[in-house]
Amino acid sequence: MLIHALLSGLVFGLYFTLVGLGLNLIFGVMRIVNLAHGDFLMLGAFAAYWLFTLLGLHPLLSALCVFAAFIILGIPIYYLVVPRLQQSRDSEMLSLILFFGLSQIVEALASIAFGSTERSIPGKVLGVGSAHLFGQGLPIAWLFSGGVSAVAVLFVYLYLYRTRLGTLTRAVMVSRDEALATGIDVHWVSAIAFGIGIALAGVSGVFAPFMFGSITPAMGVEVNVAAFAVIVVGTLGNPVGTALGGAIYGVSLMLMQTYLGSWSNILPNLLLIAVLLARPQGLLGRKVRHA
Amino acid sequence: MLRRRALRDFLIVAGPLLLLLAVLPFVYSNTLLLFNFVMFLTLAQGLNILYGFTGFLPFGYVGFFGAGAYGFALAVMHFQLPPFGALAVAGCAAVLLGVILSPLMRLSGAYFAIANLAAAQAVYQVVSNPALEDVTRGPYGVSLTDTYAPGLSYGTSVAILAGTLAVVVWLRNSDFGLSLRATREDPISAGMAGVAVVRGRIIAWLISALIAGLTGGVFAWHVSVFYPETAFDFSIGIFAIVFTLFGGSATLLGPVLGVLILYGLYNAIGITVPQYFQLIYGVLIVGFALFLPDGLTSLLTRRGLRVP
Repeated sequence: MLIHALLSGLVFGLYFTLVGLGLNLIFGVMRIVNLAHGDFLMLGAFAAYWLFTLLGLHPLLSALCVFAAFIILGIPIYYLVVPRLQQSRDSEMLSLILFFGLSQIVEALASIAFGSTERSIPGKVLGVGSAHLFGQGLPIAWLFSGGVSAVAVLFVYLYLYRTRLGTLTRAVMVSRDEALATGIDVHWVSAIAFGIGIALAGVSGVFAPFMFGSITPAMGVEVNVAAFAVIVVGTLGNPVGTALGGAIYGVSLMLMQTYLGSWSNILPNLLLIAVLLARPQGLLGRKVRHA
Repeated sequence: MLRRRALRDFLIVAGPLLLLLAVLPFVYSNTLLLFNFVMFLTLAQGLNILYGFTGFLPFGYVGFFGAGAYGFALAVMHFQLPPFGALAVAGCAAVLLGVILSPLMRLSGAYFAIANLAAAQAVYQVVSNPALEDVTRGPYGVSLTDTYAPGLSYGTSVAILAGTLAVVVWLRNSDFGLSLRATREDPISAGMAGVAVVRGRIIAWLISALIAGLTGGVFAWHVSVFYPETAFDFSIGIFAIVFTLFGGSATLLGPVLGVLILYGLYNAIGITVPQYFQLIYGVLIVGFALFLPDGLTSLLTRRGLRVP
């Protein structure tokens, strides 16, 4: 039972890494808190649902479509909202409120369009039965989602550390003003990062029906808290730290579910508070906090 | 001079409002709706004390409200206290929670807001846990029919609102309030100038918690039957934030305007079609965050007018 909890925890950890990654990228580059992250995930989930039920599209293909579509969706949202936001006195605080408003809009539109019933995609689409690892059976759908998450994390790593645009993105992360002074087109770099952040939320949404069991238009809020726990435990603004945060989150969630069933939903909150109080800069972070 | 200005501010804004709220129940029969207005007026001002004067945005403000509601309920259920005794317990419960959570004040900006949200959710999950059914009735809610007194509890809520408005007026017209605003603008310079930064913040935080706790207690008294989801409803805290910001924080008038306009709008259209209200509401939030970040009252202050 212990090994099963650890293994499934690691698979969930990979998935939660993907859930938190987009949020972390956006915070790292723009210093804004995207409270609508969970709602973009929800949109990705519904896109996958409709692509599957209407066209019979495999979730892997849906993931690619969603990724492309959400980048194209994200860039105009960036130009509409963020430059104006960054002119204000307290942009980090105001971003919380603004993106809360955006999440309300997305949730309202989704519940008007789709209704509030729970929906799901049968798990057998991704493969039948369970795979055996160290003598433990895990549903193939979980392993599949975990695998896709790993690929996406690798993609973000390669983007940030092996491409020119990624180097520019990291420059903006370190110091926005200096990046501007050296002639980097900060808005364009940020807009791409924003698009990728939202697209990652969408892709993680495609696999949400398999990992969470079912999807509703109101699922965004809960997903947000989990995503925040993951990226704060890792390090805000550090995409590699997100993987560590995801693994810790996934494993402790599964251990709680196995041994302390009814208290398991309290875990993300306690983990979040404990890490924030003990190490506000996250487990891998350098000192970044200003009193 | 300051004292006379404080008195004038209080009489101009709070006087008519409190008079109206005291008279309305005699001509308008829907006391629950009136109570909700008083509740949000108090919560918006309580949040204003923390956010407006120190810059800390408590995203989980509802945690204190819920702690107050459950403090009241447990005092009545287990110790058969009279309503005013239970109300004192409600206030103490929220202040105690505030003391426990005061280490969160070490965090800043978004970190504080998120940690506060997580803390409120953790309190909710403890209270609503089926394992604590003997103490809090877990997810099945509490029923306090013995203390039910709509008239008296409404009057008490108006009195709490009056006290809260007085605190805001005091903060706007006192050295302590000025020192708090100095720490909001620049904590390091304020500390250099001899302001006790941490002590000031903690005092504002605990006053804010006390107000939410008392409001939660009087809520429990007034509605008498409620569930953990209603007492810890995330949107209560969010409503208070949105009303405050819409009107303009760090003023006495702003949050009042925010509640009267937005909560009035909510009651006009929100009850029948909640999704459409949610949509309008979201558009409003995005709109004023982008175009009017300092609230309605900034339209006046920008023109050099002094807003109470």
